[in-house]
Amino acid sequence: MGRHLTQTILIKHNYISMTILAFDWGLVIEKLILIAVVVFGSLGIALYTTFGERKVAAILQDRPGPNRAGPFGLLQPLADGLKLIMKEEIIPTAANKWLFILGPGLAMTASLMTCAVIPWGSDIELFGRKMALQIADINIGVLYVFAVVSMGVYGIMIGGWASNNKFSLMSSLRAASQAISYELAMGLALIALLMTSESLSLKTIVEQQVKGNWWNIVYQPLGFLLFFIAALAECNRTPFDLPEAENELNFGYHQEYSSMKLGFYLFAEYVNMIMSSAIMASMYFGGYDLPFFDESTVAPNIAAMIGVGTLLIKIVLFIFVFMWIRWTIPRFRYDQLMNLGWKTMIPLALFNLLITGALILANL
Amino acid sequence: MNTVDILFYLLSAFAIVSATMVLISKNPIHSVLWLILVFFAISGHYILLNAQFLAIVNIIVYAGAIMVLFLFVIMLMNIKKDAEPQKQLLVKLTGVIAGGSLLTLLIAVVKQTAQIQNKQVLLKEGTIGLIHPLGKALFSDYVIPFEISSVLFLSAMVGAVIIGKK
Repeated sequence: MGRHLTQTILIKHNYISMTILAFDWGLVIEKLILIAVVVFGSLGIALYTTFGERKVAAILQDRPGPNRAGPFGLLQPLADGLKLIMKEEIIPTAANKWLFILGPGLAMTASLMTCAVIPWGSDIELFGRKMALQIADINIGVLYVFAVVSMGVYGIMIGGWASNNKFSLMSSLRAASQAISYELAMGLALIALLMTSESLSLKTIVEQQVKGNWWNIVYQPLGFLLFFIAALAECNRTPFDLPEAENELNFGYHQEYSSMKLGFYLFAEYVNMIMSSAIMASMYFGGYDLPFFDESTVAPNIAAMIGVGTLLIKIVLFIFVFMWIRWTIPRFRYDQLMNLGWKTMIPLALFNLLITGALILANL
Repeated sequence: MNTVDILFYLLSAFAIVSATMVLISKNPIHSVLWLILVFFAISGHYILLNAQFLAIVNIIVYAGAIMVLFLFVIMLMNIKKDAEPQKQLLVKLTGVIAGGSLLTLLIAVVKQTAQIQNKQVLLKEGTIGLIHPLGKALFSDYVIPFEISSVLFLSAMVGAVIIGKK
């Protein structure tokens, strides 16, 4: 009886180890490395985006901007980060402790999760393995981005509510209603693009643009404009930064936060900017496609590196436009924001959908 | 036990624990958050069945939009756990018995259904859950129910706008 049992356990043990060995561990390691590079890369870029924002603001307002820490003030973001970490963590007594901590974490996670479906470049070959520079090429990639965007609002809502502060609560409710309103216009603008590309996979959408003559912006100018405005609203950037309207709500949903928890909220906004820039570049501006350059003339690895560089440059350009808008246009009023979203953008997106459908039917 | 089985049991345990927490949480906000986790677990099950579209739409629509509105209302109403009215013992007992009978009935019906008896669930494979086959099926075989449900949505939307205008 005892021996029988040991045998069964042994067989089971063998079976489990076979299951584990049957995994393609190379793939797992490859993806883990890719995830680490992408996540830390985006965090690094986000760090310097805060610096970029202050410099752009300074240039637009004709002042020097941060220039004390390191050459040209280049160490400023590190100093800022250190300051945030060293500050005292305060959790208000009346706050809901768990949710108060969960809020910023959720905001950060949701903004980083988008990077899973972004194709960063064409395939590279390392140690005889073909490696895709994309964490997951799922055939619902665009919808995945959408789902993650709709998750992002929970971080703000939970944080604002858990602070037990009226201003924070009002601000988080504003953020939620704004996000939901602009998600509709964003989705409708996207559907027109999906009608022409006939695929929901970001990789396929980018490859079509690499192979085809024109980028999608040529086919979908109105769609891109709507998507861009909706992306501004989803990232809570000026002129849509009503959730943190200082003159009405003190500081907004992160009023009660201090130290790195506040840092996470501020940082998540920059990560969101990077991710939405990457999405816009991939969907409308050819992703990793360098214009007027034939990638097949160079070795695949070099072509992939050129692709990554091109995508990064496009992302930086988009981020610059985001900042340019922030320091140029004043904030909307709340009713203006809702009118723009529901009465202008959604009808325009529907019109765009109609035109696209008619053109596809007419085979143009 | 292969990987799919392990994932199935993990997801199921996750779903059941979260669903129980929805019921026993005193704070309505916590209940809503646990419910969101239930939706995620169910989406995980859809992915195991290779129904990717259903999985992601479940997250976008239920976890992403409807639950935000739930949270919205509960936060605005500012329900505190002390202020929640305590129901009488009789009402509670009636609820338990009614819910229990419904559960028994549902399980019995599912067990007896001829369509699913002796059938194997298609795990990991099966293409009907992917967008291309699903879209084809919706717009060819099921086009009339699909259009009727869209008219229903449209009328609901018009109704919501009219109520909002008042």
